Amino acid sequence: MKTALFVTCLVDQLFPQVGEATVRLLERCGRQVEFPEAQTCCGQPASNMGYGDEARRLGRRMIEIFEPFDEVVTPSGSCASMVRVQLPELFEHDAEWRPRAQRLASKTLELTELLGQEGFEPGAVRFEARVTYHPSCHLLRELGGGGSPEALLAQVPGIELVELPDAEVCCGFGGAFSAKMPELSGAMLDAKLKAVEATGASVLTATDCGCLMHLGGAINRRQGVAINRRQSPLKVLHIAEILAHDGNLNEA
Amino acid sequence: MDVTSHRFAEKVRKAIADPQIQRALETAGPRFDLARRAAFSSFPEGEALRDLGRDIKARTLAELDQQLARLANSVERVGGEVHWASDAAEARRIVVDLAEGYGAKRVVKSKSMTTEEIGLNQALEGAGIETIETDLGEYIIQLAGEAPFHIIAPALHKSREEVTELFIEKLGSRRLESREELTQEARKILRDAFRGADLGITGVNFAVADTGTIAVVENEGNARLSTSLPKVHIAVMGMEKVIPDMSSLSVFLKILARSATGQKMSSYVSCITGPRRQDEEDGPEAFHLVILDNGRSRLLADPELREALRCIRCGACLNICPVYRHAGGHSYGWVYSGPIGAVITPSFVGREQASALPFASSLCGACRDVCPVRIDLPRMLLAQRRKIIADSDPACKEESSRMSSAQAAPAPSSRRAERLAMKLFTATMASPRRYRWAGAMLQLASRFFRRRGGWWRPPLITGWTQLRDVPEPARQSFRQRWASRAR
Repeated sequence: MKTALFVTCLVDQLFPQVGEATVRLLERCGRQVEFPEAQTCCGQPASNMGYGDEARRLGRRMIEIFEPFDEVVTPSGSCASMVRVQLPELFEHDAEWRPRAQRLASKTLELTELLGQEGFEPGAVRFEARVTYHPSCHLLRELGGGGSPEALLAQVPGIELVELPDAEVCCGFGGAFSAKMPELSGAMLDAKLKAVEATGASVLTATDCGCLMHLGGAINRRQGVAINRRQSPLKVLHIAEILAHDGNLNEA
Repeated sequence: MDVTSHRFAEKVRKAIADPQIQRALETAGPRFDLARRAAFSSFPEGEALRDLGRDIKARTLAELDQQLARLANSVERVGGEVHWASDAAEARRIVVDLAEGYGAKRVVKSKSMTTEEIGLNQALEGAGIETIETDLGEYIIQLAGEAPFHIIAPALHKSREEVTELFIEKLGSRRLESREELTQEARKILRDAFRGADLGITGVNFAVADTGTIAVVENEGNARLSTSLPKVHIAVMGMEKVIPDMSSLSVFLKILARSATGQKMSSYVSCITGPRRQDEEDGPEAFHLVILDNGRSRLLADPELREALRCIRCGACLNICPVYRHAGGHSYGWVYSGPIGAVITPSFVGREQASALPFASSLCGACRDVCPVRIDLPRMLLAQRRKIIADSDPACKEESSRMSSAQAAPAPSSRRAERLAMKLFTATMASPRRYRWAGAMLQLASRFFRRRGGWWRPPLITGWTQLRDVPEPARQSFRQRWASRAR
């Protein structure tokens, strides 16, 4: 079994610790992880903004790069849904690329899907925090919810998992939507952060760095704390960081 | 009806700054949605009926010409008259001509989005015919001179206090403080209106091809009165409202009310088959059915957008939509709002006019989950986005030559800048070397901006930075860490 990590451009450039946590989790599931270095972006920004040709150009690269592998795993429900749902649609009328896109779609998994499938159990290191989980829309609705991320979190020793009110309402990220329509995105963001505050959690987690960058960026703006420094009372962590937690989170 | 969809951004800002509108949206959306959930959770066959509803609509749309011909035959067989309108102007002319032909002085109307779409009230008033909306919400917005705020709850945005003031100003009524008093006042006025009306106009929820029956779904009884008291009944329907037979009707009635208000069945379902027969005591002497295209055949001809015509106008996608829950109905600038409005409005009024609407979505997909006929709204929002981008592409002549001149307007400079940025982004992402180089540039830029104090707020993405900090790029990217780990 050849397993490739599709790390996503966001994680690669901005949140590499999430990529490392993902590798640790995959290794604990018995995978020998390979990282094809030609990978960049899956093309979702282009596709969502209506640039079909550009999205197909990046899509063809994705297909070629990951073709030699049996399994592709990514720490993002959104990028996974781009590969699984949008790519085959973008090549719907292309006899050569459609089957190749479908093959890639059929072997691509979001991280918690793989963990759920493998019956993953978190390690013994305690994670003492009150945590709330925001289900990202694309994992929730495009991919059918993933491998019970909340159940995975609940198994982490020391964790106090609190339910987020109106959890299934979008946080307002939506890729380019967040910058193109800041008033709407901001109104959705306010509602989400109000719900997060109501839980009294000290950690907000999700399966997608896009949503977390949007929520974390706003928390930092309000609290005047840098996103990567983790000094704010409310930390924003990718679910992989919590599940792979080995006691060194603050030095990430 | 006037189209103001091009002012979407400005109207959204106003709606978000209006505490009354936000309060109304904050309660109404979740309330409707909870009711919908409760209705379906105690209705185990609901999911299968949604599949069935989707399939019936899909089959009917695939042979829409034949179904419409059958409907027209059936309506004529039972003594009704059928009129075909290719656009709003023709529909208005048909109805006004009919009204004038009957010598109508006063028209009562029951709530109908299709007649809002064609701006019928203004046309009738323009011809000197008094026109009165008889659905309470629709009556309120008629008094206020506004468009519907929601597909099924047109005055959702109005507070009780606003209605009190409106009744004082427009009706000269005394200060009525409670909902009951206001409703009683409207009821009194509307009962008189019904008595003196020469003509009743309704929309159509479903038109049964087999029997020529039209079904009108409502909760106040005003559609029942509009179709039984006046001497003449005119029903106006979008051509996608046809369904094959009565057994199909029973499927849609079960999912429509549940999806709209969470009711098992709405209080009134009027099934009207032609005018009054010889042995009948009630009903109008004449029945006219106006079948409207007005852009629907454009949707029908487009394989990417056709399924939007399955819509049964329940409003469930509005109620769940986090964008609608803040933007409200008027921001969309035409008749239909929410996700379905964002999908169909560009095809009806022209893509250039409504080019902001399909982008007003985070593509969260909540609308698709609640749609009773399973319209894949996010997928169609994407399709509209691609069409709008192709319209402004100078290299994409083939697409733009198929459009009307209004739609082929030159791209605004912001769209040109966006296109350039997208080309640059794609070129960068298409080459690992350029991608690595861009990553290094990002590092340098972040250090530069950091030294200038404050958190990193680079220019060019002000839409992002007005609300949120930008994370600093990691000192070492994942791929750099991976490479050093491998060594």
